[in-house]
Amino acid sequence: MTDTARQIPDRLQSRASRALRSWETLLLAVAVAIFIVNSFASPYFLNAWNLSDATFNFTEKAMIAFAMALLIVAGEIDLSVASIIALASTAMGLAVQHGAGTPELVAIGLGVGLLCGAFNGFFVTVLGLPSIVVTIGTMSLFRGISYIILGDGSFSGYPADFAWFGQGYVFWVITVELVIFAIIAVIFGILLHKTNFGRAVFAIGNNPTGALFSGIRVARVKFILFLLTGLMSGVAAICLTSRLGSTRPSIALGMELEVVTMVVLGGVNILGGSGSIPGVVIAAFVMGLVTFGLGLLNVPGIVMSIFIGVLLIGVIALPRLLAMAGGKRRAR
Amino acid sequence: MLRLIPLRETILFGAILLVLALISTRFAGFSTPTNLARVFNDTAPLIILAVGQMVVILTRCIDLSVAANLALCGMVAAMVNVALPGLSIPVIIVLATGLGAVLGAINGILVWKLAIPPIVVTLGTMTIFRGIIFLISDGTWVNSHEMTAAFTAVPRAVFIGLPVLSWAAIAVVALFAVMMARTPFGRSVYAVGGNPHAAVYTGINVGRVQFLAFVLSGALAGLTGYLWVARYAVAYVDIAGGFELEVVAACVIGGISIAGGIGSVGGAVLGALFLGVVKNALPVVNISPFWQMAISGCAILIAVAFNARAGRTKGRIILKSSEGKA
Repeated sequence: MTDTARQIPDRLQSRASRALRSWETLLLAVAVAIFIVNSFASPYFLNAWNLSDATFNFTEKAMIAFAMALLIVAGEIDLSVASIIALASTAMGLAVQHGAGTPELVAIGLGVGLLCGAFNGFFVTVLGLPSIVVTIGTMSLFRGISYIILGDGSFSGYPADFAWFGQGYVFWVITVELVIFAIIAVIFGILLHKTNFGRAVFAIGNNPTGALFSGIRVARVKFILFLLTGLMSGVAAICLTSRLGSTRPSIALGMELEVVTMVVLGGVNILGGSGSIPGVVIAAFVMGLVTFGLGLLNVPGIVMSIFIGVLLIGVIALPRLLAMAGGKRRAR
Repeated sequence: MLRLIPLRETILFGAILLVLALISTRFAGFSTPTNLARVFNDTAPLIILAVGQMVVILTRCIDLSVAANLALCGMVAAMVNVALPGLSIPVIIVLATGLGAVLGAINGILVWKLAIPPIVVTLGTMTIFRGIIFLISDGTWVNSHEMTAAFTAVPRAVFIGLPVLSWAAIAVVALFAVMMARTPFGRSVYAVGGNPHAAVYTGINVGRVQFLAFVLSGALAGLTGYLWVARYAVAYVDIAGGFELEVVAACVIGGISIAGGIGSVGGAVLGALFLGVVKNALPVVNISPFWQMAISGCAILIAVAFNARAGRTKGRIILKSSEGKA
């Protein structure tokens, strides 16, 4: 599968890469279309408060998706993010039982996220193991620890001011989570597209050997990316726990799939080497609008997951089908 | 390299014996032949799926949709049984296996013809298959009293001392052991995983071999779907939820390299048995079943680290270009 990996052009070589730009334009058009269709389909759609609620469908996932986008561009993947949320949330719940306040809870959530990321990063970069197997293992391990601690019970009783992260508003309908989402999007956008670090990420994704020989510390960059993914999972854990007000070991079950879907939908090449943060931002809105719109039409969650699955395969299959139909001009 | 494979299996076999010995010191009844047969029977679905997954992983792919495939075929088998109680069980088994093969073929076509990475394809089809179960069943359960007695009796029917479920696993293992070692297809699976470029030059159609691997994995998932639903006498949307991870775990623990080309049927079986023994031993030694998830996670990490060490001693490439991405 690896030999066909390099067909998508890379931003480094052609800055205004046409394929990528048209991908984002297309995605934006899809988002607008979904918005219009939804506002006709349901009278409850065009309501500032409903739309504000709808942002919860994607803000937590998107926080992780930005870090995951960098990781996937660099040619790795982290399937343990949802389990990191579970473990971080369990740790925060445990701390609440021992009388921790909001600042301690935030520190614990971020700390557990970082530790989990470091754990993944250690196995991948120091021991040189494939990230997909490592994170399938830690996916069981992290959530397994939550199950050991919680069993079939749950933690609740979070302090009142802790609810600010997941339930608070900055002004009018703008939620705290939406602001956190925007800040993280800007930070990761700058990190990937405007810094040396971002260039190193692209270089590693395109050719790890070449990157190493051009003086990039490949292992260190990858380790930092795993740390960032863990940290963002910690942030998402704080928001989600604060919003739900309780912790169960099954919290965020299956979220890794939606995060990866969001990243791929955003135009990031799953085989590494190309992608953009604006694409992921639009993809987050597309997924949020689709789930919210379907929810208003009383479509059950599991049927929505069919849409997500079709979306995931469809967005990758479509360009390839078009290329095949277009007379195979662009040889691999 | 050929010497390493039996060694790895010997170590795993030793680990299983060690676990059994440790349990026996606290609970002598666990290691009796009757109970071991029960453990084997309980692990049979995992063994069947792990063998199918092994073929897929050997070709540098991964099939995360097996559990959803299993659940969909099981649900269809149960609904067919309810709708047409007169239909004989062999027909239902063929139907479930065939449907599984078709679902596997969908994965295979997307990987072969559109060159979409297998992990993306099967993550997508995993949710799609689960969603389809909800659509066809309307979210309701098919319970034991709705199924015919013959439908639920087959996996439990005892035949020469073992239930049919166990015999199904033994038959699949024997069939695949012969296929992998003695047929051109089996050898081409190793060739594709070992070096796809070289495989092309020896005249092997890499995509087609991967496609067939998905079909086989799907067919086994379909077969297991019937066995699972009939054994537990219930079908609903979430049966075998998350089971795909256990299947991959069994393969990784059994020494099947996720980078393709290395692994054996014996390894997959031992990997599955290891998880099965641990799962059945936990309640016996009075450890909460909630420990199982973390233990299998640890087992995956230890196994993959160990296998990488074992592979490294023979002086492999130093700079791994693209392992683990597919």
